[in-house]
Amino acid sequence: MKAAVIVFPGSNCDRDLAVAFRGAGIDVEMVWHKDTDLPKGTDLVGVPGGFSFGDYLRCGAIAARSPITKALVSHAERGGYVLGICNGFQVLTETGLLPGALMRNAGLKFICRTVPLKVETTRSAFTEGYSAGQTVHFPIAHHDGNYAAGPELLAELRGEDRVAFTYATPVNGSEGDIAGVLSANRRVLGLMPHPERAVDTIHTSQDGAVLFSALAGALADA
Amino acid sequence: MKAKVHVMLKEGVLDPQGEAVRHALGAMGFEGVKGVRQGKVIELDLADGTGEAQVREMCEKLLANTVIESYRVEMG
Repeated sequence: MKAAVIVFPGSNCDRDLAVAFRGAGIDVEMVWHKDTDLPKGTDLVGVPGGFSFGDYLRCGAIAARSPITKALVSHAERGGYVLGICNGFQVLTETGLLPGALMRNAGLKFICRTVPLKVETTRSAFTEGYSAGQTVHFPIAHHDGNYAAGPELLAELRGEDRVAFTYATPVNGSEGDIAGVLSANRRVLGLMPHPERAVDTIHTSQDGAVLFSALAGALADA
Repeated sequence: MKAKVHVMLKEGVLDPQGEAVRHALGAMGFEGVKGVRQGKVIELDLADGTGEAQVREMCEKLLANTVIESYRVEMG
């Protein structure tokens, strides 16, 4: 099983994500944004956190039009797995692979702390290692994590059980306190909190390790 | 030929930055402001033959996120 981690100018969680994937037994190849193809045999694409292209225009907007992004979209459309964290989530909404948009935090401040999250669904390769309703702790570090959906999309996401994580208490103004959402085929997850910063014993939480090991298990079975 | 693209958050989308500006104006004593919406203006210097239809396509594909933003194109 093989993951590709995309590196954009301004990505800064790419190596952390690679470490988390490798820790779960997944081979990783780093892919530069100017590449036009993913490595052969890529099962999973990681879109890392950071500040791609300096957050110019809108967070993730320029990255979503990078050469590699076409390959990313084709991979997802073929049913491949994609994990977008923080800026990676913003990139995925900008490509249209995930619905909604991420706006400036309601309190206008950059928020950097570990927060409790509720696991809303275990029906995905990313979350099947948790129990439904379980509280997990992941760090967040973002200025634009305020998830905007609108009532129709919110109802659709809930109706299809596609809300993966919610903030246990309101954090950034997100509608429905949504912290992470799944695609319709449940193989693309975008979330603002950083599970890759909650895997090692030197981290304040190790709750993220379950996500990566569950994902590795799903890839091994595939 | 120049084009100006005005990008605004759609009506009904909460604008936390505009709201903060409104608060600040109120705190400064400008009490006659009922609401503030903050957007951006993008100026394009167009090559000959690039028309409004293409600018609108640029808006749809990059300059605006039409999930939350609306845009207006001003040519010339």
